[in-house]
Parts: sequence; structure tokens; C-alpha cells
Amino acid sequence: MNRPGSLAVTGKWLSALGVRRFGLSFVALVLILAVVFWLRPNVASYNGLRLLLNLSPVLVFTALAQMFIMTASDVDLGIGTFVGLVDCIAAGLLNDYPMPAVAMLIACPIAYALMGALIHLRQLPSIVVTLGASFVWLGLALMVLPVPGGTVPAALTALVRLRPPGVPIAIVLDAVPMLLAYIVLNKLSYGVVLRGIGGSLSAVERSGRSTLRARMTLYGLAGICGLGAGLCLAAITTTGDANVGRGLTLVSIGAVVIGGGEFVGGIVSPIGTVFGALVMQLSGSLLSFASVPPAWQYSIQGAILLAILALRIVSCRGKSA
Amino acid sequence: MSKFSVRQLLSQAWFWATAGALLVWLMILIYSGGVGGGAVISAALNYSVFFAIVGLGQMIVIASGAGNIDLSVPANITLAAYLSTGQMEGANSGLILGIAAGLGSGVAIGAANAFLILALKIPPMVATLASGLVLESLTFAYSRISVAKPAPLLVEFTTGQFFGLPYVTLVALIASVGLIYVLRRSVFGRALFATGQNATAAWLSGVNVLRTRIAAYVVCGVLTAVAGILFAGFVGGPSLNMGSEFLLSSIAVVVIGGTNVAGGQASVIGTWSASLFLFLLLSMLNVFQVDPGLRNVITGFLIIAVLALNKTSRMQQV
Repeated sequence: MNRPGSLAVTGKWLSALGVRRFGLSFVALVLILAVVFWLRPNVASYNGLRLLLNLSPVLVFTALAQMFIMTASDVDLGIGTFVGLVDCIAAGLLNDYPMPAVAMLIACPIAYALMGALIHLRQLPSIVVTLGASFVWLGLALMVLPVPGGTVPAALTALVRLRPPGVPIAIVLDAVPMLLAYIVLNKLSYGVVLRGIGGSLSAVERSGRSTLRARMTLYGLAGICGLGAGLCLAAITTTGDANVGRGLTLVSIGAVVIGGGEFVGGIVSPIGTVFGALVMQLSGSLLSFASVPPAWQYSIQGAILLAILALRIVSCRGKSA
Repeated sequence: MSKFSVRQLLSQAWFWATAGALLVWLMILIYSGGVGGGAVISAALNYSVFFAIVGLGQMIVIASGAGNIDLSVPANITLAAYLSTGQMEGANSGLILGIAAGLGSGVAIGAANAFLILALKIPPMVATLASGLVLESLTFAYSRISVAKPAPLLVEFTTGQFFGLPYVTLVALIASVGLIYVLRRSVFGRALFATGQNATAAWLSGVNVLRTRIAAYVVCGVLTAVAGILFAGFVGGPSLNMGSEFLLSSIAVVVIGGTNVAGGQASVIGTWSASLFLFLLLSMLNVFQVDPGLRNVITGFLIIAVLALNKTSRMQQV
């Protein structure tokens, strides 16, 4: 693919930025922040950022959960309703019945790991098992909290209202899971096994490692991230709602893919995923700052998603040249 | 089929979905003491036909190869419903124009999805998710400037019955028999399955893989638009969130029906049975007065159980 011309040159320039997988998502995030600061200079302050990023930990945690599933070359269509379930447990039970609620919250990631085991042992398509599971999570959430409302424990809401010096709490809640996920997948030696089952299941099997354990670990980690997302959601909104998480599922897939993740091959980037989540989160705010009518906001969000992916294709071509 | 055997029956892709639908129907019959069994079936057929049509479109896309899926289905349904009824404005004179507008948008959406996936090489899941977002905006904008009301003839066709068998179901069933023939005997059908099983091998043996894949997305776009137009007539007019329940169920009916998500194989009968199964299941849980939460939990577990029992739903290990 050695083609002269502007496309290839742009590609080379972009591929220099995209040396690391998350390059493009980083550029997109910087651009969006720059436009937001330009439109609303007030946002570039401690309080401005605190409000702007207030809800971002929910999507960041959800996207990281999706990323762990995609590490196994699977897709999770139920993570959004799972976040809704955790939200409902936190708002509906945790305050009045702390012990059973904590037990249920601990059971949630375990249920995710068991779902991973079922998918692995019966060789089922993850996309449909997680789809079926999404009905289960939604149903359980409705049983815990039939109507939106509830009371979130004060300790939880106090956590997201903390004002650490210098850095808004939302950025801390975005950065900490990002670093932990990065360490697990890219720094621990077991991370190679985890990424390996998405790349070549048989190679991991022949190396004598348990592929079942690896997949259960990935699903368990996704469950833990889903737990984090649900708790953040409950703490920030101070209510529970079974249907609140539905829209998160598809956005989380978009976030992982913007961040350089692929659907097959165990190729994901924890840092890119978090940047991707922030891009998805902030493009909404950007559009309302720019007074785009609500009707066109979806459209522009879709266009941003497509533009970033199309740019990636161009930059990949540049790399191979 | 030369010789009948239980084993052969059990290995049929559509068996578990059909058995599930029959079992649920029997349970409704037993509970109601045999009263109204025909009415339940007739209601189920009338309602599940829309899910079956969308499911068949989704099935063709899924059969065209691993990773292929159409998440723009809900937006497509809603846009086709608005465009078609917007031309009708409640009069029969606009019927032809309305149907043409709806089908035209279906073709365009299918072609646009195929362009994003095949020319720009964006993964189908993200490409159709993004195109769905764009379509949602278009629909929202159009809904504010149009008078969307279905033609009386369309309402009559989608709600009327012929001896307990809804017209729309009758026509859809006949069309489905045609689809079975197309998938099993026509060049397109063979090319679709060959592409879905192994695109490289299909290409080497002379199949036009690109054209087959474009066709798969366009057919899905058109079938989804058909369902959108008909559903708008059935519920008496479009609404902005009318498509939302079709997203997960269109995928669920395909896979419960025995179509392999790895591609290369499909079951029309299974998709129909699964649509009936899901609707009858909901009716049964309604009749038993199960609360909404538990109803969802049971539905979810049954989807996973049918999937786990069905051998064809296993992923092929490459």
C-alpha cells in the first residue's frame, strides 16, 4: 500500500500520533476540551471541570467493563442494565438493609464470572447470553425497586461530593480504575493470558493455562467495573432507576472502539477506553454548549464516532505504507 | 426427508424454539381450561409477525458472516413508519406514495450501512450503532414537520383477520415460504451462506462476496422498513420510541430460532417460532399475573436455557 498523495501523508502524520493505540482518542479528547473551553472559558476551572465531568465516572467504569469483555473477543449487550441493577440495590436496599444489600452487591460480580463460565463451557455466543442476562438484570432491578426513587446511603453520596485539592473527584474516579485496568492487562504477567484468550484461545490452552479461569477472571473484572459504575451512578444521582442504564450499553461499545479496541483478537487499550468514554460523554456537553438543537445531538454524536473510526482506517493505511 | 427419526428432529435448528412455543401455548391452554386457545394464537400471530419480519432481516445479515449485525433496526423502523405515514396523512390516496417512501428509506439505510461497513471498513456493530444515531435525529426532525397518520386501508390490512388468521400474518407467511426457497435454492441464498461460512473460500470459488454482503444489508434494511410501515398501521400511528423494543428482540428471535451467530446458516422457521415463543411467553406470564420484574427474569433465563440446549447455537472454533 505505498501510495503517494495527501491521504497517505495525512495517514503517516496520524500514525505518528497513533503510535500508541489510544492516540486518536487522546487527540479527539483534547480537541473537544479545547472547543468546550473556547465556547465557555469558565469551564476551565476547578468548579467548571467538577460540574462538566460530574457524571463521567459512570461511563468510564461501564466502558472499562465492556473493555474486559471485549478482551476475550466477546461483546456484552447487558452491561447497561447490570449497572441499573447495582444502582437499584444501592438506592433501594443499602440504606435500610445494609447486610443483605452488601451480600447482593458482592454476588453481582460473581454472577458475572459465572456467566463467563457458562459462555466458555457451553461455547455459547456471548452476544446472546449477555442479551438474555440483560433481561435478568432488568427484572431483578425491578424487583428490588419497582419505581424509581429510594435512598442512597449518605456515606456514598459524600464520597462523590469530596473536594480534593487541585483535582476534582470525578477525575480521580476516572483515573484510578484506568490505572488499575492498565496494570492488570498490560503490566501483570497474567494480563498476557487474559489478552491471549481473545487473541488465540488454543495457544493459551496449549501453554497449559486454564482458559476457563482466564475468561471467568475477565467477566469477574467486568462485573467489578459494572459494580463501580452502578455505585457511582447511585451516589451522583442519589436515586435508583431500573431503566437508567439501558443507553449505556451501546455507548460503552463506542467508547472502547474509539479508544483503539477491536472486536476480535484481545486488542484493547484501558487508557484509550477511558479517553473514548470521555469523548462520548463530553460530545454531549459540547453540543449543548454550542446550542445545537437536541434533535441533532444524536446525529452529531454518531458522526463523531464515524469520523474517528474512519480516521483510524486512514492512519492504519499510513502505518502499513 | 426420507426417514423420520427423533434424533434428526432434535438436531434441526428450529426444533427448540418451536417446541418452546408449543409448550408455552399448551400451558396457557391448561391454565385457561382450554378456553380461548385460538384467540391467543391469533393474537400472538398478529403481534409477533412484526418481530418475525425484522428478525428475518436481522437473520440474513447475521448469516452473512461472523460479526455482522444491524443495530440500526429500531431507528430504521421508526423512520420508515414516519416517512410512510407522513405521506399518507390518513388518506388512502397517499398509500402507494407512503409505502414507496418507507421502502425507499429502507433501501437507502441498508445501502448506507453497507457503505460504512464495506467501504470504510468500520466494524458492523459500531457502524450501524452510529448510523442509528444519525437516523434518530432525522426522524425526530421529520416528526415535527409532518402529519403522520396511517391510511385506513393500511390499518385495516394490519389489524384485520381472515377466519382468525390475520391478513398481515398470512401474507408474511407466504412471503416467508418464498424466502425459504430463495435461501435454499437461489444463487443469492447459496452465495450468502458460502460467504458467511468462509468469505475467502467463497471468493475463490467465484462468489461475488462484496455484492452478496451489500445485498444482505439492503434486504435487512427493506424488511425492517416493511415492518416499520406495517407496525405503524397496527398501532394506529408512529411514535418516536416505537422501535426500541425491536433492538434486543430482533437479535434474540434469530438466535433462539437456531441461526448461528458465526454466520453461514439460517432458519426461517426457527425465527418465526422464536417470535411466537417470545410473544406467547409474555402472554403466559401476563395470564399468570407474574409481576414485571419476575417476568423479565424468567424471560432472560429462558433465552439462555434455549440457547444452551440448542447445539447449533455453539460458536464454531476456528
